[in-house]
Amino acid sequence: MSNLRVKLPGLELDNPVIPASGTYGFGYEFAQFYDINILGSIMTKGTTLESRFGNPTPRIAEASSGMLNSVGLQNPGVEKVVTEEFVKLAKHFNKKVIANVSGSTIEEYVETAKIFSDSEIVGALEVNISCPNVKCGGMAFGTSPAMASEVTKAVKKVSKKPIYVKLSPNVTDIVEIAKAVEEAGADAITMINTLLGMRIDLKTGKPVLANKMGGFSGPAIKPVALRMIYQVYEAVNIPIIGMGGIMDAEDVLEFIFAGATAVAVGSANLIDPYACKKIIEELPLVMKKYNIENLEDAIGRAHNE
Amino acid sequence: MLYIKMKKLKILSNDMIAKDVYEMVLKGDFNLRPGQFINIKVSDYDVPFLRRPISVADVFEDQLTIIYKVVGKGTEILSKKEVGEELDCLLNLGNGYDLNIESKNIVLVGGGVGVPPLLYLAKELKKLGKNLTIVLGFNSKEDIFLEEEFSKYGNVFITTTDGTYGTKGLVTTILDKLEFDYYMTCGPEKMLLAILKSYPTNGQLSFEERMGCGFGACMGCSCKTLTGYKRICVEGPVMKSEEVIYE
Repeated sequence: MSNLRVKLPGLELDNPVIPASGTYGFGYEFAQFYDINILGSIMTKGTTLESRFGNPTPRIAEASSGMLNSVGLQNPGVEKVVTEEFVKLAKHFNKKVIANVSGSTIEEYVETAKIFSDSEIVGALEVNISCPNVKCGGMAFGTSPAMASEVTKAVKKVSKKPIYVKLSPNVTDIVEIAKAVEEAGADAITMINTLLGMRIDLKTGKPVLANKMGGFSGPAIKPVALRMIYQVYEAVNIPIIGMGGIMDAEDVLEFIFAGATAVAVGSANLIDPYACKKIIEELPLVMKKYNIENLEDAIGRAHNE
Repeated sequence: MLYIKMKKLKILSNDMIAKDVYEMVLKGDFNLRPGQFINIKVSDYDVPFLRRPISVADVFEDQLTIIYKVVGKGTEILSKKEVGEELDCLLNLGNGYDLNIESKNIVLVGGGVGVPPLLYLAKELKKLGKNLTIVLGFNSKEDIFLEEEFSKYGNVFITTTDGTYGTKGLVTTILDKLEFDYYMTCGPEKMLLAILKSYPTNGQLSFEERMGCGFGACMGCSCKTLTGYKRICVEGPVMKSEEVIYE
């Protein structure tokens, strides 16, 4: 019998599979497809203090084995998320969620985090210092060790729940950022957010996305994610939630071997609404194939001498 | 709660009906409304990555018809699918047209690949006893399709941009000369906005947008309306003329 249970700060997961923020709404939309209680947890849609419409459309472009988005954190604002979206979610989901906190200023992160950390359904916060689609803040906080540290400290100070900091891959040295947020009090790291990318429409001669650039995700970015997780695992002592193009259970195992304790599934949910369910069902079979009884024993296997 | 299904549908036919335009008939049980769409995975692999949202042109018993134009790699792959193959589809997406309207004299206006969903709409409106006039706009004679099929439901006017068939000009050239109480339309955004400018009330317009998922998860196709933010794939693609923001 395979044991899929893994532990994260503040959360014990039945299995390591978590839908990634921004690809799963507030979860309840997926309850029409399957019982979402099978999930390890849910990373909810990036939330800011005030409501946001996001960027103009087109916000979606395609790439080989991947896609770009420039949604720009469309969300109804933290108050409505807590009083409306989480209430709807709680009707279908009886586990804790990981609430994604986004912002343009440190104050905004702090205020949003305060409200989220008082919410019953929230087990941990995911501090998004890596959204490539907002003009102010977002990725700017995640590309400088000093700024990343400052946001982490500020949120850690007010949060009653563990904080997981979501890192941007759009940096020269991700290890430096990872160390900075660990030092600043992050309880875990989630990585990677999307890679900044662009497509150009030959007919119009202009970028496909109205915002010109967007976040590149999907299986095409998997090697980049694995490399970065591998590097960060060697440099920090806090757990990593790995993400970046996971499409199936074999991919999950690859991330676990690289050093992830749990994983997030993103773009795959948009192609196949049953993606997380299929991965959860396949994972014990894949573990058996590679003679893994306890998933926790396989974390970081790629680092073994 | 929405009611969306993911199904494998068998291809019964897949034939070219105009320049680069194909008609595909799929088999299965359907409960689709006019104006809804399906989202098709054209490959079993990661390329192309996203599904292709395509409007429903007709539903007859257990058969569903889509009409699509080859505009890129995804639709090119679709055009090469053989009869008997199965297609992975997400079904019953979008709101569809609201048929619960009192107006008796309705004009349907379609432009290019926006024409197909109006066929199923025409059929259903005819069942409700409406008087229909149909205006279809194409670029050129070789692009025209469904003219004969539409003629079963009402008077059909065709416009071509280059004047090689029907009236030379745009659909609005004809529309301005017609008398009607209500309009329903689907086509390029420029055409929809031109119609909306002349007829800001008593209409329904079906919009197109690049989509990530097609079922409301990614917020990729959001738009602002006078009644709030809407996702083209869930609260759309059909909008009432009174709620669309003209810009």
